[in-house]
Amino acid sequence: MQVGLSHFLIISAILFSFGIYAVITRKNAILVLMGIELILNSANINFIAFTRFSTAKLDGQAIAVFVILLAAAEAAIALAIVLNIYNKFKTVNVDEISNLKE
Amino acid sequence: MSPELLVKFSIVILILPLLSFITLIFLGRRMSRQGDWLATFILFACLGLSLVVMYQKLTAFGEPLRFSFSWVDFGNVPLIGQMQIQLGMMIDNLSAIMVVVVCIVSSLVHLFSIGYMKGDVRYSRYFAYLGLFTFSMLMIVLTDNFFTIYVGWELVGICSYLLIGHWYEKKSASDAAKKAFIVNRIGDIGMFTGILILYRTFHTFGFTEIFSAIGAGRLPMGSEAWLTASGILIFCGAVGKSAQFPLHVWLPDAMEGPTPVSALIHAATMVAAGVYLIARTFPMMTATALMTIAYIGAVTAFISATIAIAQNDIKKVLAYSTISQLGYMVMGLGVGAYTAGFFHLVTHAMFKAGLFLGSGSVIHAMHHALHKKGDHHTDPQDIRNMGGLRDKMPITYFTFLMFTLAISGVPLTSGFLSKDEILAGTLAFGGLTGHYLIPVIGFLVAGLTAFYMFRLVILTFLGKHSAEGRSTDIHESPITMTLPLVVFAVFSFFAWFSFNPVSASTGWFHRAIERPPSVVPAALQAAETETFAEAMHASHFTAMALSLTVAGIGILLAFATYKWKKISADSLAERFGGIYKFVLNKWYFDELYGAVAVGGTLALSRVLRWFDINVIDGLVNGSASWTKAVVFGYSEHAKEKKVSASVFLFGGTFVSVLVAFWTGEWFWTQNSVFTGLIAALVSGGLTFFFFWSGAGGFDKHIVDGAVNGVGYFSGFFGVLLRKVQTGRVQTYIVFVLLGIMVLFFVFR
Repeated sequence: MQVGLSHFLIISAILFSFGIYAVITRKNAILVLMGIELILNSANINFIAFTRFSTAKLDGQAIAVFVILLAAAEAAIALAIVLNIYNKFKTVNVDEISNLKE
Repeated sequence: MSPELLVKFSIVILILPLLSFITLIFLGRRMSRQGDWLATFILFACLGLSLVVMYQKLTAFGEPLRFSFSWVDFGNVPLIGQMQIQLGMMIDNLSAIMVVVVCIVSSLVHLFSIGYMKGDVRYSRYFAYLGLFTFSMLMIVLTDNFFTIYVGWELVGICSYLLIGHWYEKKSASDAAKKAFIVNRIGDIGMFTGILILYRTFHTFGFTEIFSAIGAGRLPMGSEAWLTASGILIFCGAVGKSAQFPLHVWLPDAMEGPTPVSALIHAATMVAAGVYLIARTFPMMTATALMTIAYIGAVTAFISATIAIAQNDIKKVLAYSTISQLGYMVMGLGVGAYTAGFFHLVTHAMFKAGLFLGSGSVIHAMHHALHKKGDHHTDPQDIRNMGGLRDKMPITYFTFLMFTLAISGVPLTSGFLSKDEILAGTLAFGGLTGHYLIPVIGFLVAGLTAFYMFRLVILTFLGKHSAEGRSTDIHESPITMTLPLVVFAVFSFFAWFSFNPVSASTGWFHRAIERPPSVVPAALQAAETETFAEAMHASHFTAMALSLTVAGIGILLAFATYKWKKISADSLAERFGGIYKFVLNKWYFDELYGAVAVGGTLALSRVLRWFDINVIDGLVNGSASWTKAVVFGYSEHAKEKKVSASVFLFGGTFVSVLVAFWTGEWFWTQNSVFTGLIAALVSGGLTFFFFWSGAGGFDKHIVDGAVNGVGYFSGFFGVLLRKVQTGRVQTYIVFVLLGIMVLFFVFR
């Protein structure tokens, strides 16, 4: 069986759905962040797959490298925020941190 | 030298003064001597480069050099089509010579200003503005398209505004700056419209492209009238900038600025930009447009020459003389003497800048002498307070005399050559078209010019000083001020332009500047170059003899009146009191414009004020007072307990029913049952509404209802939406996801 563009897209879609599921259902902030990583990487797979199956040169790879970079930065900042939240509230459960409500 | 290097040189010439501006405006106050040396050095560098460019262009390159790039490309714009703005530079003989003129005058004015502006409050800012002005002026000169020329046009306008208002603490200076700016805008609107007409048809701003398109038979908006109109509209810009009639009123007031500024901007370069613009756009001018230009120039030259005779302020005389000479150039171009018109621009730039700097030197000396005496009432610019300055300021006197000889058209001067050519051109024009009024005015103005200029020299430098004891305090100006005068005086000799002292036609200038072929359709063209040159050649000696005669008469009359006192100026002024007052008050132009423009605006405002007070306020107040009357009327009754609210409403209902019944019945008998019913409903309803609102119902239910309704409405939705705002981000993501899915199915 020949592996084509649609296989990659299906993998990416499955990964994306897992990511969204994790972001929506998990209560633990760290697990939500992990879901976001999954979403970003599914997008990366899409970029590279489209580049591979089109006439573009290295555009997708370049953007994927950018995304990885951004994801690293985002993870660093988000984990710092989570740490601070834990220091303040002694919990990382996103449901219980609702001080800004009302 | 390669063409690319020449273009690079001109870009450097253009950018250097801008650098001077940027450096001085930000760092000027912190530099040693406030940075005047830097600005002056930069301008002399520009002068050196421009001389190289001119020499190379005139000797090595015949064709114009162009350098252009695409500035913005809007692509295919709806309604207009391809829209691309090209910017660029063009170096032809005209611009090469003009660049040298601008650089010479500007660099010498910088040098002069070091002495003249010493100790000024805003010394470094003054030099910064001079740099900005030089940059904008060079932009006008070096550009190859209408777009950049318009940008430069506005930039020199703002520099003129800033420099006229340099001493803005003085009310008259700030007023003069505003006047110059506003009057110039009137002309610029015309120029802008002209450029837009051309752009509408040709979709380009480039001179060469537009001219070749017209030459190929394409006319603006497809008609010959629009071609003439666009020519005249572009000339409007020149009317404003070159202070031509009827927009000449700003230039005399502009003398409120520092005198070196008057020399640079209001005598030699900026006001000549209008003439340069006409020379640039000369190929697209139709015969009608040229005729208009010639007459405007002639009228301007005549009016301002007559005014100059009666003025007593040394700078005002020179200002009117400048307007008159600019009129001469415009007239020269208008009659078709292209070379002569531009030639006069160049020679005039030299001697008029010199005249202004000379007057600056005189004012400087007078000011110091008066200051030493502690006299703050005597006007240092009034020629009646001068006299006998020859022995005290010999360099200023001899250079001033040289410039005066040049402007009067005395042989062996540059002014003689250029003026003669213009006069020969007007004579040729008169012979070819039958418009003999223009040469008549031309010769008359030549005589007047010689008269008022010698009047100025005699009253300022000859005779005895007007006040005893003051003349001992008057000294010659420092070297930085006299050196520019000497240089300008040297440039006022004929030999720089032609080795033949009676005709310039064999000189380098005439070989460099040739009248460009007209591109307008043959039926609209003025006399051809060959025909005109022949006629001009034929009338050359007549013109020379006549101009020498009138200049001689003018000079003799000046000496007879002011030196030998054979003719009494005062008794003449008394005999022709009406004319004298008319001329002294500048033909009442300011008063006329005050009455028409300012008075017109005031009258219009008064009409609008009446409308606002009586109609608009009347409507608003009327409706309010009706409501008030009804409501108060009802509440008065309620207070006195004559009728209660319910009785009032009951009575109102009864009256409404009666009204409805009567109107319904009337319409029924006249028309049909249906119309009767409608009429009954409408009239009854209206009557009831009247009573109901009288009882306060309108206010209570409709006005308050609307206000409360809005509040209730938002409150209701607030409560509703509150439930959606859980504050849980995860729920929001679900909504976002749902939204994206909906959009995906709608737009797939």
